[in-house]
Amino acid sequence: MELHNLSKPQDLMNIDLNKTPETPWMDTPVNFRDGTYIYPAAGKNLKRLGLPNPREWSPTDEDWKLPDNWKEIIMKGLKERLDKYRSFRLFMDICVRCGACMDKCHFFIGSGDPKNMPVLRAELLRSVYRNDFTTLGKMLGRFAGARELTVDVLKEWFYYFFQCTECRRCSVFCPYGIDTAEVTMIGRELLNLVGLNINWVMEPVANCYRFGNHLGIPPHGVKDMWEFMVDDIENITGINVNLPINKKGAEILFVTPSGDYFADPGTYTCMGYLMLFHEIGLDYTWSTYASEGGNFGLFTSHEMIKRLNAKIYAEAKRLGVKWILGGECGHMWRVIHQYMETMNGPADFLEAPVSPITGTKFENAKQSKMVHIMEFTADLIKHGKLKLDPSRNRKVRATYHDSCNPARAAGLLEEPRYVIQNVCEDFFEMPENTIREQTFCCGGGAGLGNDENLEMRMRGAFPRANALRHVQDKHDVNRLLCMCAIDRATLTALTHYWAPDVSVGGIHELVANALVMDGEQERTEDLRGEPLNEEEEE
Amino acid sequence: MNAWTSLFASLIAVIALVLVALFGVGAIGLDTLFGVVIPYIAIAVFVVGIIYRILEWAKVPVPFRIPTTCGQGKSLPWIKADNLESPYNTWGVIGRMALEVFLFRSLFRNTKAELREGPNVTYGSAKWLWLGGIAFHYAFLTIVLRHIRFFVEPIPSFVELLSSVDGFFQLLVPTVFLTDIALLAAATFLFLRRVFLPQLRYISLAADFFPLLLILGIAISGVLMRNVWKVDLLMVKQLAVGLFTLHPTVPAGISSIFYVHLFLVCVLLVYFPFSKLMHAGGVFLSPTRNTANVNRMERYVNPWNYPVKVHSYAEYEDDFREKMKEAGIPVDKE
Amino acid sequence: MLKDLLEKQRDAVVDRWKQLLVGTYPPETQRFLKTQKNPFANPLGNSIDEGLEGLYDNLLKDGDIEKFSEFLDRVVRIRAVQGYAPSTAVGFVFLLKEAVQEILGQAIRENRLYEELLTFEQKIDSLALLSFNIYMQCRETIFEIRTHEIRNRTSRLVERACQKYGMPQEWADTEETKA
Repeated sequence: MELHNLSKPQDLMNIDLNKTPETPWMDTPVNFRDGTYIYPAAGKNLKRLGLPNPREWSPTDEDWKLPDNWKEIIMKGLKERLDKYRSFRLFMDICVRCGACMDKCHFFIGSGDPKNMPVLRAELLRSVYRNDFTTLGKMLGRFAGARELTVDVLKEWFYYFFQCTECRRCSVFCPYGIDTAEVTMIGRELLNLVGLNINWVMEPVANCYRFGNHLGIPPHGVKDMWEFMVDDIENITGINVNLPINKKGAEILFVTPSGDYFADPGTYTCMGYLMLFHEIGLDYTWSTYASEGGNFGLFTSHEMIKRLNAKIYAEAKRLGVKWILGGECGHMWRVIHQYMETMNGPADFLEAPVSPITGTKFENAKQSKMVHIMEFTADLIKHGKLKLDPSRNRKVRATYHDSCNPARAAGLLEEPRYVIQNVCEDFFEMPENTIREQTFCCGGGAGLGNDENLEMRMRGAFPRANALRHVQDKHDVNRLLCMCAIDRATLTALTHYWAPDVSVGGIHELVANALVMDGEQERTEDLRGEPLNEEEEE
Repeated sequence: MNAWTSLFASLIAVIALVLVALFGVGAIGLDTLFGVVIPYIAIAVFVVGIIYRILEWAKVPVPFRIPTTCGQGKSLPWIKADNLESPYNTWGVIGRMALEVFLFRSLFRNTKAELREGPNVTYGSAKWLWLGGIAFHYAFLTIVLRHIRFFVEPIPSFVELLSSVDGFFQLLVPTVFLTDIALLAAATFLFLRRVFLPQLRYISLAADFFPLLLILGIAISGVLMRNVWKVDLLMVKQLAVGLFTLHPTVPAGISSIFYVHLFLVCVLLVYFPFSKLMHAGGVFLSPTRNTANVNRMERYVNPWNYPVKVHSYAEYEDDFREKMKEAGIPVDKE
Repeated sequence: MLKDLLEKQRDAVVDRWKQLLVGTYPPETQRFLKTQKNPFANPLGNSIDEGLEGLYDNLLKDGDIEKFSEFLDRVVRIRAVQGYAPSTAVGFVFLLKEAVQEILGQAIRENRLYEELLTFEQKIDSLALLSFNIYMQCRETIFEIRTHEIRNRTSRLVERACQKYGMPQEWADTEETKA
């Protein structure tokens, strides 16, 4: 901003109601401003994974230290993917730019940046595709919407493909089902080929690869965390819960995102699992090797999804379990539901899942052999196997945020609601165009939930926050429930900024609060160590 | 290049095409070229082009089953699953595709947003987009079907029926068809929307303006030749039947406006396979819509699945064995 | 009386004020902000509408500070994270002066309402000061969230690990992993 003109505030503010002619988007390069871009991956993480072009660099540098033949690499990669993914090929070809998706992206709604309209995000890549792979593009160039791949275009890709949370909301409204998540995923794969990636994704990936979890905690550290929780649970309930680790011959392997071991408020959900499994006497085991349900490979490349996901079946086989149970997580369930069995299956060594408590056969998981905890718990409640006292959650006035992936990639909508309504007395839905398949992203998925990107996140979170504030004003809602580890971290920031006084938490935290356990002492505190009743606070 | 340039380039292109036809037939009498040769070439390009494009798509594998689920998936027996929004069998997929193809289900979703609270219940461009899209496509379809009457004798009864329903309001002689009006209105709406909505103009390419203007050109020339300059339809039918039965004859004296109409149709046929208009075929192949949400229920094979480098349990244990033993975590190798 | 004019022309003045504010967004976005009225589909445009209308009505009836803060918050909180310079983020308050000038300028001159105008503009100035407070508070929250997040992310871990082990060896870089 230049201060040469102080005549009127509107001059200083660059207000222009008649900005014409418009600069075409193809000719508007990206401006990297602090707070809106993400730090690049440290070289050491790429080395650990054997990925190309490890180096130290910054998006604000003029020179991004690309390999000399970067263009050739990208073009070859693009060609390869056009021949491997029909989704990608089609989505490059059939968009008619009708505009149905324009105002569906939380980043566009919150930032007003036109390149955050899903259609334009995809056009960033389509324009290059047309230039090199279509007849009309080769013949007519710009008239056919084609443009050459330049370093500026590559920078634009980096900026905007790491400003998409792969939430698939736009895909719900597209008349051809064009899914920007597919385009973003391939866009990121291409960027990865020349060493353009972000540390917030690559570090968890590198850690998960070697240590089994995102934070890079070694096995004895993980065990220690679980024991810590067992201690806490004993303080609250008087019960020393069972903690089976890497136990061969257990019936069920349990896998959940590691965020739940280390980060509040996910830890309370994790305590909830421990208590629930103890109470029903489940023959199960935790694993330190497959201690990560999350899979940041999804934000890197299809190959990386497979490399990280392979551990789950491998560990199930090694331990000789019958089937696998998965915890509350969002993108983890996109991977488990839509990719795992195809990538690393068939898991013939496992059995079709049957609940040992109710005898229910989980028909919907008979091939992949992995059941969602919400399906499992809903089934327990339906069969009356849990003694629940919802009044212990009476301080909680809850609403529920559908996490993008369980909603739009798996259709898990009713199970969490059923469980919530059985453990919590006051439950209120947010407006209908912001929940279920139309749910708004937390703004921090797909590797965007880091600190340096906080401003961008807050913009992206605004549509969700706005709906939340509506139920806060109308119904005094004070708890935002979700079943996603990224949500539990990022929504906490969201409420802190947009809706103070609303806390965030997982569903099994409330289940465990309400769960009447055999032989427990009288509960005076919830899992957070806060008094159960208002009166006791005084 | 900005949207205005794209718009004017498209406009000039369509006007040039009209002039080519007028000049070719009117001035230098290339009736056979425009009446027989070009139509045959256009149809050949159209048919071969579409088949080629579809095969091109079809031969690309679908490595993963990635439906966008828009409703409750099938899980526990007592939870009602939504087979149309989150299909769990082939019937569900067929139903979902039918809603998408025949009723533009996803576009319709936009309307929901308009009905909720707010200072005033407002119009929404989104609802109009659905309506404009539906009117445009169905009017186009009806008009194409109506044209069958020119190619075969006797005229099939369903075509007669369609024409009589379509021309039900006989306000003028010859009949003005409702679908002609609907097509013109819808195409004009879709065009104006692109021009006047700033954010839509921003994303529009020449490839978006050109087909709309071309179709408007076809519709306008069609209405003009029928209702204003009254082309001799018997001669047109003679030409069309000739083309259709592969015994082409070119009756002398058909008005130039007919050749303009025909030439623009030919250009559309040729342009179709190479453009976004292929969405008509592509929608059937879209993996987010035509796959069932049975991912954990049924095996799905990726034809190019390949082995990847993984970090095995043995390597992991080698890294941490001593610490694991110390912490009392069971290990495979002592 | 200026107040009567402001009341009579409320919609015109507020609309102009909104227009000027929306003018700080890209032109492709302006129409969306103005036409999509569903508060959940267009929370930004809706916040601007409600915020500015609320502020204007409270200016006319001399509302209390809490009310002003509440409506300012609606607009400032979002603009504080939209990448605007601080002046642009809070300067929309002054745009009301411009809007009043444009819509009521002539009437003010004709009726010589300068003194009342001066009083009204002073209120706008106070509003600007108030909005600066809110802006700073928002920015501080952002920084606070950053530190909270870093702490939360590993809260349990650090607590436990430090208590038991100190910093474990495995966390340090080895020769081969050093970039």
